[in-house]
Amino acid sequence: MVASTQAAAQLGSWLAPGYALFLCIHFLGVGSFAYIVMRRMVPLVRAQSDLRFDHPLERLGRVGKFWLGQWKHPRYKVAGTVHILFFAGFILLAMRAFTVLILGTSPDFVMPGMRGELGHVYEVVTDYAATVVFLCMIFAIVRRVVFKPARYEVPSKFGKAHKADAVFLLALIAILMLADSLFEAAKAAGQMQAGQIAHFSAAYSLPWLLKTVFVSASLSSIGQFCFAGYLLHEITFYFLLCYRPFGIQFHVETSLFNVYFSKLDREVLKPVRWDVSEENLDQLTSFGVKTFEDFTWKHMLDFYSCADCGRCSDNCPANAAGRPLSPRFLTIKARDYAFQHYPMFGPTGNGKALVGGIYSEDEIWSCTTCGACEEECPLLIEYIDKIVDLRRGLVDEGRVPQSLQKPLKALESRGNPYGKMEKKRSDWINAKDFQQTCRVKTLDKNGADTLYFVDSITSYDERMHSIGRATAKILEHIGENFGILGAAEKDSGHEVRRFGEELLFISLRDQNAEAIRASGVQKIVTADPHALNALKHDYKNVPPVEHISQVIARGVKAGKVKFNPIEGDKVYTYHDPCYLGRHNQIYDDPREVLDAIPGLRRVEMKRSRDRSFCCGGGGLMLFYEPKEEERIGVKRVRMAAEAGANVIVTACPFCMANIEDAIKVAGLEGKMTAIDIAELAEQQMVREIPPQTKSTFEMQAECVAGR
Amino acid sequence: MPAIFTYIVHRGGVVDDSAAELLAAARQIDPAAPVTAIVSGAGSDLETACTTVCASYKEVWKISYDVLAYPNAELIRKALVKVLPPDSVFLIPHAHFGIDLAPGLSIKLNAAYVSDVVEIEGVESTFLKVVRQEFGGQVSAHMKCDISSGAVITIRPGAFKSTEAGAVAGAVIDKSAEVGPLTAGRRYLQTIMAESGDVDITKYPVLVSIGRGIQEKDNVPIAEELAEAMGAAVSCSRPVVDAKWLEKSRQVGSSGKTVKPKVYMACGISGSSQHLAGVKGNPFIIAINKNPKAPIFQVADVGIIDDILEFLPEMTSKVRELHGVAAK
Amino acid sequence: MEILVCVKRVPDTSENEIQLNAAGSDIERDELVYSINEPDNYAVEEALQIVGRVGGKVTVVTVGNEDDEEVLRREMAMGANHGVLISDDTFAGSDGRGIAAILKRFVEQGSYDLILTGVQAEAGAAEVGGMLAAMLDYPFASLVSAIEVIDGNKLKISREIEGGNKEISEIDLPCVLSIQTGINDPRYVGMRGIRAVASVPIATYGVSDLGLDPNSVGAKAAKVQRIDYFVPTVGKGAEILEGSREENIDKVLELVAAKGGLK
Repeated sequence: MVASTQAAAQLGSWLAPGYALFLCIHFLGVGSFAYIVMRRMVPLVRAQSDLRFDHPLERLGRVGKFWLGQWKHPRYKVAGTVHILFFAGFILLAMRAFTVLILGTSPDFVMPGMRGELGHVYEVVTDYAATVVFLCMIFAIVRRVVFKPARYEVPSKFGKAHKADAVFLLALIAILMLADSLFEAAKAAGQMQAGQIAHFSAAYSLPWLLKTVFVSASLSSIGQFCFAGYLLHEITFYFLLCYRPFGIQFHVETSLFNVYFSKLDREVLKPVRWDVSEENLDQLTSFGVKTFEDFTWKHMLDFYSCADCGRCSDNCPANAAGRPLSPRFLTIKARDYAFQHYPMFGPTGNGKALVGGIYSEDEIWSCTTCGACEEECPLLIEYIDKIVDLRRGLVDEGRVPQSLQKPLKALESRGNPYGKMEKKRSDWINAKDFQQTCRVKTLDKNGADTLYFVDSITSYDERMHSIGRATAKILEHIGENFGILGAAEKDSGHEVRRFGEELLFISLRDQNAEAIRASGVQKIVTADPHALNALKHDYKNVPPVEHISQVIARGVKAGKVKFNPIEGDKVYTYHDPCYLGRHNQIYDDPREVLDAIPGLRRVEMKRSRDRSFCCGGGGLMLFYEPKEEERIGVKRVRMAAEAGANVIVTACPFCMANIEDAIKVAGLEGKMTAIDIAELAEQQMVREIPPQTKSTFEMQAECVAGR
Repeated sequence: MPAIFTYIVHRGGVVDDSAAELLAAARQIDPAAPVTAIVSGAGSDLETACTTVCASYKEVWKISYDVLAYPNAELIRKALVKVLPPDSVFLIPHAHFGIDLAPGLSIKLNAAYVSDVVEIEGVESTFLKVVRQEFGGQVSAHMKCDISSGAVITIRPGAFKSTEAGAVAGAVIDKSAEVGPLTAGRRYLQTIMAESGDVDITKYPVLVSIGRGIQEKDNVPIAEELAEAMGAAVSCSRPVVDAKWLEKSRQVGSSGKTVKPKVYMACGISGSSQHLAGVKGNPFIIAINKNPKAPIFQVADVGIIDDILEFLPEMTSKVRELHGVAAK
Repeated sequence: MEILVCVKRVPDTSENEIQLNAAGSDIERDELVYSINEPDNYAVEEALQIVGRVGGKVTVVTVGNEDDEEVLRREMAMGANHGVLISDDTFAGSDGRGIAAILKRFVEQGSYDLILTGVQAEAGAAEVGGMLAAMLDYPFASLVSAIEVIDGNKLKISREIEGGNKEISEIDLPCVLSIQTGINDPRYVGMRGIRAVASVPIATYGVSDLGLDPNSVGAKAAKVQRIDYFVPTVGKGAEILEGSREENIDKVLELVAAKGGLK
């Protein structure tokens, strides 16, 4: 106690000449920061509402996992580890930084509870923390300047590089750590000279190293070092505080809030407006995001929170294929817009259209809504909702690519994007050879327990008919009492909604939901993950829905489905469809089905499960003509080849369409094939009928399908 | 039976093939009716055209005006109204000029108007029975046309085959004096020739369409040469565009263009439904493919199992040979 | 500039095979859906773009019945200022001339600087625009693929002629133009736009409103009538030519010529 009082007196005598200056800097720093934050809040106040104040406990849990726990960071090993280290350092150092700041004007200040042994331990720990953070910064600077990881590069089409800014900020943090260490070292060196403490606890830490330099110096020079260290620390601290809101490090302040307010149900698409019910949508004068102010405050917070780490774009299939979309720059461009149009002084906002301004139409239509960016973002920034909102704005203004207008019009008039007649929706069940083995009833007159929701592509695309037939045969085999809606089924509207045509989606949804409820079924099965996602998350008050792979997996576990051994030496790989995997977390069931087939050799692609690489996009994306260097599907097929596979198993008809097309384009015809999991399961299924008869049927079926 | 007149389309003195087709169509209306060709224009081009037409028409009416050097439908309509006798039947090809001229002419002549006729079944009393197509060629319709006060009929180019050997030494009658002064609300300024990269494949009656069978970009000229010799355009299936061998504007299919040619030559195209979705209007499909099991043979009218890389160049030289002979 | 666009509601048959009814008197229409004739939609878009550049109003008009209001509303949702339905029982069976005569009377009741039509509708006749122009004694141009307003009384237009070439002309206003598809990229009309105009009143004109002689329109005035529809017979599967390459080439050339392809 005597020692610490003496130490405080010594510190007080060293810092006393600067009291007035320190106090000025405090007021200036805190005042400026408050003003800057207030100005940064201006667009958020003008923004659209967003429902983010519910479920506080769940949100706190997410803060614990994703913010404090840095959950997403280890997905990138090097950058992730470094971030975890200095994030932990910051958390530990936060209290010390405040304590140091206060010491400038109250040299005897001690944080409550930190007076005894705990304070000593904290001091030792933070000495090391400061050292670690310092080293991390040096490492990060070297990495940025010397090794230049590709994902930080800024293509010229997206603006100028942010490297200088990043390095400057990293250097400032290093300086802050140095200043802190200087101050601590001088303080300790002074105490040691005065004989108050015998040794410095945190051996080989940065303060320790500096202390060993100072300890032999005169007490007055140590005092000067202490003063300098304090002043440098204070200035750097406040400069950083006020400079961060102008660049990529604003996330230091916003990340906690961004994670707390992050979307809880990622699969559910944002409504057109949080504060307008569906019934009242007609009263809106404008739909979607047209100007910056049409974004919700949370989406603006996303823009502020982006750390420019590039992980989103690194995983984005559209970006990889050279489409004009990069999720990273979707955010960065919006932030630049916000900074430019909501400056620190002067008038704010200009109300100009975003698309045609900072974004191009093609950029907005290029997204496949695969969700890879959102899966990766350590800060839980949302992209799909923003893309859909921007599309809603484009649709509202009639700015829809010609290639999409035709299918949208057909969906409106006929309930399918092809413009085919409703009565032909169930043509696939009427093929003679199929009818001989499997009779599928339509639920207009007959009842059933289970509805097989087929959706448009499987109903109308001849190639996909075999997926529908395989699904029906499997359902029949496991003894489901099932049927289809036939002509009463409309497109699920999944992509209609994601392409921004909300009212058309509502109309399709209502027609389907009514037909489903009228059919009296207890549950729904589909082989189309897009339909699955729609029925599960976009529809309300419909029976529970499952994907056929889940049904098969359960059948396998229950012993209802057994497979014949697979012949040949083919190597299989499973491609996770985005709307089965990432959007609905069904990763294991399809793999279990494949692994239940005796003799099937399966390899994983480098990008699988939640890092699966999109096939190129389903639904209306099949009609859109993106500007791209290489097709997304071709990239995916090459990944399968790299993994050593020659059969790609999918679980989605859109994946099938894209992958089969891509196999041809990649020139891998004959070397690579694709098969749907339902087709494969049905083909290998052990049936009660003699295998001889079965194979004859199948050969016929294949002849027809192959035609 | 009324007199039949045909309008002769010519460019720079070169008479369009439709001259003979219109004569064939006129014969189907009434083999006995007199058929007069009307040629308008100016200067030596007009004289050359008249001379050519005299080889197949007994009577040729010439309308010579400087302002008609480039055919202006409004001026020619005014001229025709002056020279055509009452209740005439007037035939013109259903092409851009006929579409410009014929509907208005029928109003000014108070005559019936039937367009884009593909077959003529003959005349019963004052009614002419013809066939035309509707709904993009998906269905045909018999039409009954009252020709008692004359008729203006546009004829689908290529639908009628000339059977007459042209050697009639017809006479040219200059009708220019009957026309009088001509003015129009529309004035021709210039013609902008299509750039090679600017070909609209939807507007061509014949498409030489290539697929993966072309194998590499260096082989694309094989198809281009044939198309050029035939006056056709080169189109393609998606893989060719994906491989960047041809521009997107050439792609036929659900993600490309929808075409309605008369003849579709599918060369090395397997015939996916996505591709065939872009082939409309029930064209005559000729499929050339090495693979006898290619699905294109299911939908084609005529199939040839051959390697397009050998077949197409030989066909090109044959077409050039024929054209060379025809020009002499 | 006051622009009138003549539009038509047609069955959308692009994706579905057309079936004929038993009598062959008509196509099977029960399961068909209808929409605006595609070239007409381009014409409306072009009118809207012209008005966007030089100011004015766009009126869409159709001759039909109350079912056809649907397409008028769709075009109004695109941005057309007025929709007009001309409807009367006596119009039934009109040929192209009859329709043109009806439109002529309507045009005379207003004051339009420019009248646009689509190049052709489902029957592929490409006739009404040219007939209307002749009846009004207005200049006419078909297959128009570009329009530029030069001044208050003239346009510079481009027509699509053979081989993808473009014929450039100058045309005096008022005039009638038939618009080719591809002249622009028509804007999308969403459900929302259509709902917004769902209850906007549509002016309706009958035979007496236009001062038309009932005998000048309808089936009795028509010089051209359809007798029946039929489907041309199509063979199944390709006839495989088995000859030598040279024989096959000759055969192909003969066929191409026979089908109207080879010049």
